[in-house]
Amino acid sequence: MSENKLTFEQAYEKLEKIAEKLNSNDISLDESIKLYEEGIKLSDYCTEALKKAKQKIETLKNGN
Amino acid sequence: MPPVVSVTQLNLYIKSLLEGDGKLAYISIRGEISNFKEHFASGHLYFTLKDGTSALKCVMFRGNASKLKFIPNEGMQVICSGRVSVYERDGAYQLYAEDMVPDGEGDLLSALQKLKDKLEKEGLFSAETKKALPKFPLKVGVITSETGAAVKDIFSVLSRRYSLCDIVFCPATVQGETAPVSLYSALDVMEQTDADVVIIGRGGGSIEDLWCFNDEKLVRRIARFSKPIISAVGHETDFTLCDFVCDLRAPTPSAAAELAVPNSEELYYDVISLRNHLEKRLSFIVSAKQNDIEKLSKSRIFTNAQEYICEKRSLSVDYVADKIDNALGKIILNKEKNLCAKIASLDALSPTKTLLRGYASVTADGHNISSIKTLSVNDNITVRFHDGEAECSVKNIK
Repeated sequence: MSENKLTFEQAYEKLEKIAEKLNSNDISLDESIKLYEEGIKLSDYCTEALKKAKQKIETLKNGN
Repeated sequence: MPPVVSVTQLNLYIKSLLEGDGKLAYISIRGEISNFKEHFASGHLYFTLKDGTSALKCVMFRGNASKLKFIPNEGMQVICSGRVSVYERDGAYQLYAEDMVPDGEGDLLSALQKLKDKLEKEGLFSAETKKALPKFPLKVGVITSETGAAVKDIFSVLSRRYSLCDIVFCPATVQGETAPVSLYSALDVMEQTDADVVIIGRGGGSIEDLWCFNDEKLVRRIARFSKPIISAVGHETDFTLCDFVCDLRAPTPSAAAELAVPNSEELYYDVISLRNHLEKRLSFIVSAKQNDIEKLSKSRIFTNAQEYICEKRSLSVDYVADKIDNALGKIILNKEKNLCAKIASLDALSPTKTLLRGYASVTADGHNISSIKTLSVNDNITVRFHDGEAECSVKNIK
């Protein structure tokens, strides 16, 4: 699953879900570590996206 | 050649013609004020009333002007009442205005209210039709004038606040008669784009300036618009039908841009705090597991395994041994009781006991005699008592 294809929205929501899962006390150590690593990758992706964003402006004139 | 008259005579003649016509004695005229001049010294007002094709010179003398309930100015639509006559000196006819009222603002507003009520009844403004705005739009659509502050303000807020989104701009005319059609076309073009939220509006202006946003066709087009749309027409206190039919109303174009997109800075801190939360949770989970392991490793099972196991086992053995002891003891006791009982009954049957009770046993020649039938007179018998024997001879048999 390549994080590069995710929109900011998708990455952010995944990150929130992972934080929620890690709140559970019922979770194995292996699972916790996996989730943690994925969460860190997602948070990096989000902060990069916010920093590097380049806004494009397109003007469409109607024929009026 | 017709009769020759002087200019004065002609002007007088025309004046009498006009003043002789009752209709011109007091008439109300509707038009737009232009070339408005207030003469400082006299206080008289001089202006022209015009419509699409004609103009009429007017004067309002100070006495009447001072009674006006509003301030007339250039471009205003008004209704002037007065008489039409000739200003002989210039050879011009003009309106001598005695009264003036703003035209049609009242009419326009009541027509607007009727339209608003009608559209409201049809449900165009109802809350159910309002679409929710996307949380993280990828593209924001903007419909406004290419010139003016509104477009600059919107672009500036969008760029500062959320450069993650792109912008698609459909410029349109935002005042005057061509505005409704221009805005309508811009909406058509915008509908075909992949914008996920749209801002439509303009900066502040007079009621007339903003009037195009009350256009019925335009309002209906917005009601049919498929994307979430924010209305940003004029200032805080201005309201147009566009404000009611859009999914959200913003008091200014800048405010609309703030409503359309999230704040990157806040998002950044949200992401950082989520990340910190992950680290906190992981370290909590790891140390909880470590605690578990420590507790277990300190348990006697691990530290004194042999002793623990043997202790358990020997306890069991002791326990079983005790049980056996008890059981055996009970069995022996029982058997003793039995034995005693048997001894006692044996004892009771013992011949010695019988002898002690006073009975004697008789023998002859070593044989036991238990009946007199085996005896004859002069037989020698031995009578045995508990404490000895007596040799006897049978004297008599009864």
